[in-house]
Amino acid sequence: MGFAAPPRPSLFPPAVWTGVLAGTAILALLPILNLTFADGSALHISSFTIALLGKFMCFAIAALALDLVWGYTGILSLGHGLFFALGGYAHGMYLMRAIGRDGVYQSDLPDFMVFLDWKAYPWYWSFTEHFWYCMLLVVLVPGILAFVFGFFAFRSRIKGVYFSIITQALTFAAMLLFFRNNTGFGGNNGFTDFKRILGFTITAPQTKAVLYLVTLATLLGALLLARSITQSKLGRVLTGIRDSESRLMFVGYDPLWFKLFVWTLSAVLCGIAGALYVPQVGIINPSEMSPANSIEMVIWVATGGRGTLIGPIVGAGVVNGMKTWFTSVLPQYWLFVLGAIFVLVTLFLPQGIAGLVRKLWARRTAPRAVADPAAGGVS
Amino acid sequence: MNRKQFLKTLLGASLAAAWFTGPASAADTIKVGVLHSLSGTMAISETSLKDVALMTIDEINASGGVLGKQLEAVVVDPASNWPLFAEKARGLLSQDKVSVVFGCWTSVSRKSVLPVFKELNGLLFYPVQYEGEELEKNVFYTGAAPNQQAIPAVEYLMSKEGGGAKRWVLLGTDYVYPRTTNKILRAFLKSKGVDEKDIDEVYTPFGHSDYQTIVANVKKFAAGGKTAVVSTINGDSNVPFYKELGNAGLKATDVPVVAFSVGEEELRGVDTKPLVGHLAAWNYFQSIKNPVNTEFIKKWKAYAKAKGLPNADTGIHMWKQAVEKAKTTDVDKVIAAVGGQTFKAPSGFTIKMDEKNHHLHKPVFIGEIKADGQFSVVWKTPGPVRAQPWSPFIAGNDKKKDVPEGM
Amino acid sequence: MRRILISLAWVLAAVWTSAFAALDPALVKPLGGDDADARVEAITRLGALGTPEAFAILNALNEEKLYVTPDGRVLVVEDDKATDPLTGEAFDLPEGTDSITVNNRLRRELESALAGLRLFADDAKVRLKAAREVQQNAGAAQLPMLEKALAKETDPRIRDVLDMAVATINLKSDDAEKRKLAVERLADTTNASIRPVLAAMIEPKPDGTFVEPDEGVRAAVVDTLARIDRHLLVIEWTGNLFYGLSLASVLLLAALGLAITFGLMGIINMAHGELLMIGAYSTYVVQLAFRRWFPGELDWYVVAAVPTAFIITAAVGMLLERTVIRWLYGRPLETLLATWGISLVLMQTVRTIFGAQNVEVANPSWMSGGVTVLGGLVLTYNRMVIIGFAVFVVIIVWALLNKTRLGLFVRAVTQNRRMADCVGVPTGRVDMLTFGLGSGIAGLGGVALSQLGNVGPDLGQSYIVDSFMVVVLGGVGQLAGTVIAAIGLGELNKFLEPYAGAVLAKIAILVVIVLFIQKRPQGLFALKGRSAD
Repeated sequence: MGFAAPPRPSLFPPAVWTGVLAGTAILALLPILNLTFADGSALHISSFTIALLGKFMCFAIAALALDLVWGYTGILSLGHGLFFALGGYAHGMYLMRAIGRDGVYQSDLPDFMVFLDWKAYPWYWSFTEHFWYCMLLVVLVPGILAFVFGFFAFRSRIKGVYFSIITQALTFAAMLLFFRNNTGFGGNNGFTDFKRILGFTITAPQTKAVLYLVTLATLLGALLLARSITQSKLGRVLTGIRDSESRLMFVGYDPLWFKLFVWTLSAVLCGIAGALYVPQVGIINPSEMSPANSIEMVIWVATGGRGTLIGPIVGAGVVNGMKTWFTSVLPQYWLFVLGAIFVLVTLFLPQGIAGLVRKLWARRTAPRAVADPAAGGVS
Repeated sequence: MNRKQFLKTLLGASLAAAWFTGPASAADTIKVGVLHSLSGTMAISETSLKDVALMTIDEINASGGVLGKQLEAVVVDPASNWPLFAEKARGLLSQDKVSVVFGCWTSVSRKSVLPVFKELNGLLFYPVQYEGEELEKNVFYTGAAPNQQAIPAVEYLMSKEGGGAKRWVLLGTDYVYPRTTNKILRAFLKSKGVDEKDIDEVYTPFGHSDYQTIVANVKKFAAGGKTAVVSTINGDSNVPFYKELGNAGLKATDVPVVAFSVGEEELRGVDTKPLVGHLAAWNYFQSIKNPVNTEFIKKWKAYAKAKGLPNADTGIHMWKQAVEKAKTTDVDKVIAAVGGQTFKAPSGFTIKMDEKNHHLHKPVFIGEIKADGQFSVVWKTPGPVRAQPWSPFIAGNDKKKDVPEGM
Repeated sequence: MRRILISLAWVLAAVWTSAFAALDPALVKPLGGDDADARVEAITRLGALGTPEAFAILNALNEEKLYVTPDGRVLVVEDDKATDPLTGEAFDLPEGTDSITVNNRLRRELESALAGLRLFADDAKVRLKAAREVQQNAGAAQLPMLEKALAKETDPRIRDVLDMAVATINLKSDDAEKRKLAVERLADTTNASIRPVLAAMIEPKPDGTFVEPDEGVRAAVVDTLARIDRHLLVIEWTGNLFYGLSLASVLLLAALGLAITFGLMGIINMAHGELLMIGAYSTYVVQLAFRRWFPGELDWYVVAAVPTAFIITAAVGMLLERTVIRWLYGRPLETLLATWGISLVLMQTVRTIFGAQNVEVANPSWMSGGVTVLGGLVLTYNRMVIIGFAVFVVIIVWALLNKTRLGLFVRAVTQNRRMADCVGVPTGRVDMLTFGLGSGIAGLGGVALSQLGNVGPDLGQSYIVDSFMVVVLGGVGQLAGTVIAAIGLGELNKFLEPYAGAVLAKIAILVVIVLFIQKRPQGLFALKGRSAD
């Protein structure tokens, strides 16, 4: 079925709704199992699994955000890692301040500032000891950067590959900037060794469970938000931009503000994902901004199926799950497997996993059903 | 369809969850984790450390294992990705239940896994020279601290024998190891009466490969008086730097360059004839002549049939001895037993793990590059030097205890 | 070299009438000892002695051919044959003999002693080189020798250098007139290390007087300093220009293949970096083959590597095109994903075959070293060769695209695929050949890169972003744009670097690119045709 563009999303069929809710319920149950059952019990879910799934859900939010601009609006960004990292850094600033005097040098300043002989926080660190101010930064910093960058880029009608490449230049420049020790964000080491968040010990299983649940809720919220946008008239305009921007302009729309809206929204979502990511993995450093990371995000979306909403979430989970698994099982050869999968997905699954499921589903509902579709993959 | 669908989803999800809970450990082996990047930017340096680790583990197994059990290496690839390091460390400790982990190279990877090791009370042997300023109960540092490399090297260059340098270019890659080392050196040089204007600190980004301007600037700076360059350039940038240095004709007799992480391996691929006389300060050189080293090199060549010769087996031997002393692999008991262990290292010295500070007593060698790419040792310490993880040249460190917290 | 040494030895023997036939053992013995000061003294005395035997022994020490037996006997060892330098007696190497370690301090003494002796060589080139060396570290002790050499010297260039060396020493003279003459003489110097010496002369002391008491000399110093500074500025700017050009040639060679695969064909080729890497590894393999089978011609392996790398990478490229990329035409963004996957596979393949560590690719001797121009600026041979190579590749690509039938087809398919297909251009084959050409050019880039930096599995990753920047800045599909963009970025980077440092210069460049694209969304040269929306 060689459609040039992915098919328009219709309302989720009830089965998918069931899947989404069931998936959410199961994911929500896991940390509770982790806390209530002791290690060794059959129902125990290891902390390792919780940490892993929490991380994947952050990636899923980022993938969803990227899908909004790429899958629905046709703008391919190779710089979403930047927004993700900025959100992470904004939250990281709070977490660094929350260490207090428990650092190596027992100073009010973070260790990396002590070691650069700084005597006081630079101006851009002001107020970061307040959690809510940092949460504001998580939204504002990626948002404003995306807005300003997008405004000029879309106004100049930079499109397609050109846009992709300059987003890559942007994230690369930011990475170099954050790598500098003198920039004031810890250089290559970034922020690590967090102790507590809002007064709770960050390594406590309860804190982790809460972070996990907040991430899950955010993911669900992002999914519903994205769905309501894509189902609205606005969503149809966005798809119009993707399919033929010139025609849309002839009909009388100015694509600038539509693009700018979805671009900024996407950056903000990505920033939030980054902010949730940092306390769970315990480190944020400039390599999150490396062009390769942003390309990986694109790959999650493509593998899952762009232009669908469940697809990117599944894609983020599957690609990262494979990465985790293969790096342990096949440490020497996992790149072969992963690389081959990317090539095969592009060649044979242009609609990604979501497209495959849809195809199988269509075949199943046809008279002669094939045994068992990969229903589990939907969650 | 709904209920069936739901059950299927449930099954799928629980399968997925089971997927991540690794296999149960067998009782008749002791698992040890090897946490080195085998892909990504650090693979260049870390792959050979993995090989040394595996070689040493094979060797220990061949000679009967530890406590009568065979060692089973669990190799994972953290892919030069720092969050992945933390994830893998957690996996090794909580899923594979390894008794000890040998791994990490960059400071940031160590910083990334530290909270995990502290939380799960794991044991890490960190094999690379580093900036110091850290002392953790769960980590043993088998690389050199700055006082076991940088300071002896600079003292040598200041001496009459080393050329009596008066001006200093501190050249490094912009990350924490060069920054800290240079901070320590700056304080040290000042204490020796070197003027602020006679010290120049230059940093380059990671993977920098164009050293034309920097070499030209060093030359300009050197016109102002007897100059030496202290290079803390990170592994990968060394070849472009030394190629440029050699071709631009900056000779060691005029401006000697001393480096800390450059050995025979790093200089392969560089024409060393114009580099004769430039220096490296390390705790080991492949060119050192003694029976232990000859034996080690022979073993290594037979095992890997290839390049690469880092000095990273010390940690594994020390851990083995400690386990045998403690008669258990229990982390706390092993930690208590590691202090005071000794090992006859290829450097020809018997090195010892300090009883208190989790660092090794190491000899320091200063070697000059020879025309054939080998090093000739021009200076060495009379005996092993005790590490000072808290450099006395950094303000406030005098109050630091020389023992990890909680010990 | 050997002939020169022998003839030199005869000259020396003639010059110093006090030459002994044999050396005093007491003079040689300290060389094998542990006392550093005694060794330095022995070298100085041997240098002053100046006999051919002394010269030979110093030379052997410098080339690390001097050994010492456990009982302290000093021997010259060549090809496992030991000779006693005192008696000339030859025998087998005794057990426990070790080479005498030369450190920088000894080497410096040795070189200055040897340079002093070489001032009297037959070959003018050797004398010139020696004179330059002496001038670098001229001290009062060398004055008599310099004056002696000056008296004998006829070559004006060498005289000039010697003169300058004498003037440098005379700066410390007690005679104000002599000092003034020396300062004036040094106005033409290209030796930057004179500058601080001169600057110190006009430094005011706390009590208001100057280090240099004579007013006239001070005025001359000010003039000379101005001249030197002007000269240094010229050197610096010429240097920046050259460094920029060199960086530009690297960027250009890295980007040129991409200008074809991405620029002309519209494939977002993330595996481009890996094609560069394969080119570099081809160079490595060719070097290995030469070592194995033609060790005598090793210096020319690079020349053989050029076509080899082209063929190998072009073949890899064509294979990729036929198996993967051909299915993705018209879906440029999907080529990004597939080629990213390919790049991972290629990297890991190379890592599996050659190991994860860097491999050794040595500069051939004709690419090592450099030439000094303007008296202080070293232009390295490898960078000059690479600039020339870049020009060569650009000309080849230009000629291929504009002067051949294939080029005509390529341009036709680029501009209007359907129309080209209609008039009978075999578009499939042209696509394959074009991609092969682009990949082959990337392979050539890899050969060049292997001569400058590391050759490892990650080589491509560090150039991929830069390559895309160059192509996009130049304007997709425009060869001339790519060339100009590379030169612009290279020069801008190198002129910024001395002021901003390497990191900020790079960031500034990226910001400039982002801003520039806002102004000209299609790059320097906008394209008309298929790729233009």
